[in-house]
Amino acid sequence: MSGAAGSNEGVLSLKHVSRWFGGVQALADVSMDVRKGEIYGLIGPNGAGKTTLINAITGFYPPQEGTISFEGRSLNKVHPHRVARGGIARTFQNVALFKGMSVLDNILLGRHIFMRPSALASLFYWWWAQKEEITHRYKAEEIIDLLQLESVRDEPVEVIPLGLQKRVELARALAAEPRMLILDEPMAGMNQEEKEYIVRFILDAQEALDLTILLIEHHMDVVTAICSRALVLNNGRVVTEGPVDEAVNHPDVVSAYIGGVSNDE
Amino acid sequence: MTNEHPGARGPDADRRDGDHLIAVLAGNASAHGEAVAMRERDRGIWQEYRWGEYLDQVLGAAAGLEALGVAPGDNVLVVGDNRPALYFGMLGAIALRAVPSPAYPDTTPDEIFGQLDREGVRCAIAEDQEQVDKLLDLRERHPALEWIIYDDPRGLTGSVPEGVIAFTEVVRRGRERLRENPGLRDELLQRPRADDVAVLLHSSGTTGAPKAIPLKHRHVLFAVRNAAAAGYFRPGETHMAYMPIAWVGDFIFSIGAALVLRFSVNIPENQETVQHDLREIAPTVYFTSPRAWSAMLTRVQVGIEESSPFKRRLFQHFMPFAIRLERRRLQGVQPGLASRLWRGLGEILIYGPIKDQLGLARARRSYTAGEAIGEEVFLFFRALGLDLRQFYGQTENCALCAAQEPGTVKLHTVGVPFPGVEVRVSDSGEILVRGGNVFDGYYRNPKATAEVLQDGWLHTGDAGHLEDDGQLVVLGRVSEVVHTRGGQRFIPTYIENHLKFSQYVKDVCVIGAGREHLSALVAIDWDAVGHWAQEHGVAYTSFADLSQKSEVYSLIGEVIGHVNTLLPEAVRIRRYVNLHKEFDPDDGEVTRTRKLRRGVIEEHYRDIIDAVYAGLDAVESEAQITYETGASGVLKRHLAIRDVPSAAGREVAA
Repeated sequence: MSGAAGSNEGVLSLKHVSRWFGGVQALADVSMDVRKGEIYGLIGPNGAGKTTLINAITGFYPPQEGTISFEGRSLNKVHPHRVARGGIARTFQNVALFKGMSVLDNILLGRHIFMRPSALASLFYWWWAQKEEITHRYKAEEIIDLLQLESVRDEPVEVIPLGLQKRVELARALAAEPRMLILDEPMAGMNQEEKEYIVRFILDAQEALDLTILLIEHHMDVVTAICSRALVLNNGRVVTEGPVDEAVNHPDVVSAYIGGVSNDE
Repeated sequence: MTNEHPGARGPDADRRDGDHLIAVLAGNASAHGEAVAMRERDRGIWQEYRWGEYLDQVLGAAAGLEALGVAPGDNVLVVGDNRPALYFGMLGAIALRAVPSPAYPDTTPDEIFGQLDREGVRCAIAEDQEQVDKLLDLRERHPALEWIIYDDPRGLTGSVPEGVIAFTEVVRRGRERLRENPGLRDELLQRPRADDVAVLLHSSGTTGAPKAIPLKHRHVLFAVRNAAAAGYFRPGETHMAYMPIAWVGDFIFSIGAALVLRFSVNIPENQETVQHDLREIAPTVYFTSPRAWSAMLTRVQVGIEESSPFKRRLFQHFMPFAIRLERRRLQGVQPGLASRLWRGLGEILIYGPIKDQLGLARARRSYTAGEAIGEEVFLFFRALGLDLRQFYGQTENCALCAAQEPGTVKLHTVGVPFPGVEVRVSDSGEILVRGGNVFDGYYRNPKATAEVLQDGWLHTGDAGHLEDDGQLVVLGRVSEVVHTRGGQRFIPTYIENHLKFSQYVKDVCVIGAGREHLSALVAIDWDAVGHWAQEHGVAYTSFADLSQKSEVYSLIGEVIGHVNTLLPEAVRIRRYVNLHKEFDPDDGEVTRTRKLRRGVIEEHYRDIIDAVYAGLDAVESEAQITYETGASGVLKRHLAIRDVPSAAGREVAA
């Protein structure tokens, strides 16, 4: 599908990444290479280390071993906010929005990395402060248009349905104008219709904004439908990596998800 | 398709020949070029078009359309929601003496195909990808469709099929032509004639295929100017264009009157944001259907029930007070000083805030038409201080025939004819209309034309009468007058409208022609009955489940019982069924404007109707349903049938 359009140019590359929490090894020798313009799937059972891997990339839990690089620059010791400025945006597994704020304000928050706050400008609201605010609002409105959030623009986040909240989260991530988007289970808890909607919006956004996407998802139908390649993790280790159809049909993957006799034994 | 016989002119002989919509637009652009003509909410911000830009867009579209091969007399299909580009495109076609032929955005492909085919459409203007896809499919069956012009580029940016082109590109090409050819601009302004067809509208088709209704420049201008002369609307109104462009009212309001009276036409962001945008726009003239007014009332009532006890008490005191006052005022009794002061307090506490919530704080003139409006709804909004009035008209006469005058509003009439419009009632009780606003005949359908146009009189098909003071009363369709087996005359629509005045009844079909007694198929109002069920602790899962609850049956029974008290004994409703679904235009049960198609309904629900008249208490029904995808399926349901409770207790007052 659209993911297959990815070039061979590696954008995000992980080499032999390991991470421990005390005595628990959450990631063991993980390597992967996401190419520009593709949708790359990251799958595995609960507790496999998917979210830890994302936290390692975004700088929350820097890896103790191995290297991570984005567009040729190392991300190993980079703080999360600098990662965000560097062109990587993410959404969270659990909706992490400000419930009492409006949809528009939540999306504007995604632009904080571009804001140059100044007490004086804010206090007196001089022309450059106005100009800056209008620019940000315009960008936010472009995302609202792209994701069709017009009708809930001014609603507080807590009153809109979960499916829409997830879309708002996607919108906030897009507002940071990323080149790479990491989506952590964007379809968790959604019904079939909402799933179809969000897939449509992910594909629209990828096309319109020229994104590379790393997608964590449990819905295999979605992964096989939109990802070009996938990496399967289990217990912090890579089970398999490659074109999505081969990856999800790998015997170890089937046994890790459904259970059964592992080939290792 | 234009005939320029100097003698073949209508009664408005003083018409100037250069008097057409494009000339009016050019006049606005030169005299008021900087005034705001149109606002569109884009990216959350209101973007303005001034009259000068408006004209430039229209002329650009005209020159661009001509470059695509649009010729005089061509019909140009226009499909989509209200968008500036669609209005510019329509007027662009009009400048070329071509004819815009609008279609409702949710029209099925088959219906659109009929329109393309009958009208030989070669060029279409579509709002977005959805409509373009629909037209691309239809192009297989109608290869004559050469050009599909789209407004919203979303989803159409990559490689587009041949013959699909952006509206902006059409205008760009047109502007290039205008630059290269300096004489073209003035020449385009001179081209149209008052006798050209300005728009090709379509009857909603309650029976058979829709008929195409051509309205000429002079019809539209005549209708608008007469309505303005009667104070129906004034220059410089703020208007919101949200009704379907395929409906006559939108062409008359958003193009006809907007050009003649220099309205600022405000276009909401999309159909979901209409309520929100309405509040921001706060139009000065507002039109909507009785159904929408009634939905608005339901929304107010539900909102109040969910608000604080204090607000609820204020509402419960001030609303009945204002309604009593308004009822007496309509009877000619002016309120005394104390009442006026008390109402003034209510204006600050309740009426004003509600109007503001609804976006009607500035609405000086609000209207309704199309069908009868419920007394409760009508009085409620008049009591709020809105000068809500009814008007009367059909597509065939530009929808402007008669309207209630501010001082003489009566509940049961639609008012007096506009100046220049003659109305009389034939011996058979049918309303006839004559005037400059009455069309010249259907598109390529002389047979239908001969049926409705006789000696210049339009036979409206409505049954009614004129009262002594000249006020027109509309009862229903002449064709709808039916008889029970016992020979009792009744008009089902009339009874249905009264039933629908209840917030709990969304739709209803009254059966009884040729039968011993009357019965009703009821589609409950999902929102209102759902809310009622919540309030009364009735648990339900789905629409079908809710409709079959015994408590809901009793509720509907009471509604019917009340309406029965207004009806003569012989035509009272005896039995009723709550249907498990709403009437749906996709199933062909109602038209796009939600008028019942009785034949289809009697066919779809034959087993239920048979059971009703067989005296059964319940029926296993199989309903044919059509999904959004176009596939169809069968739904099996167990439906209860009940007798309407005797209204004897309530009849004491009668």
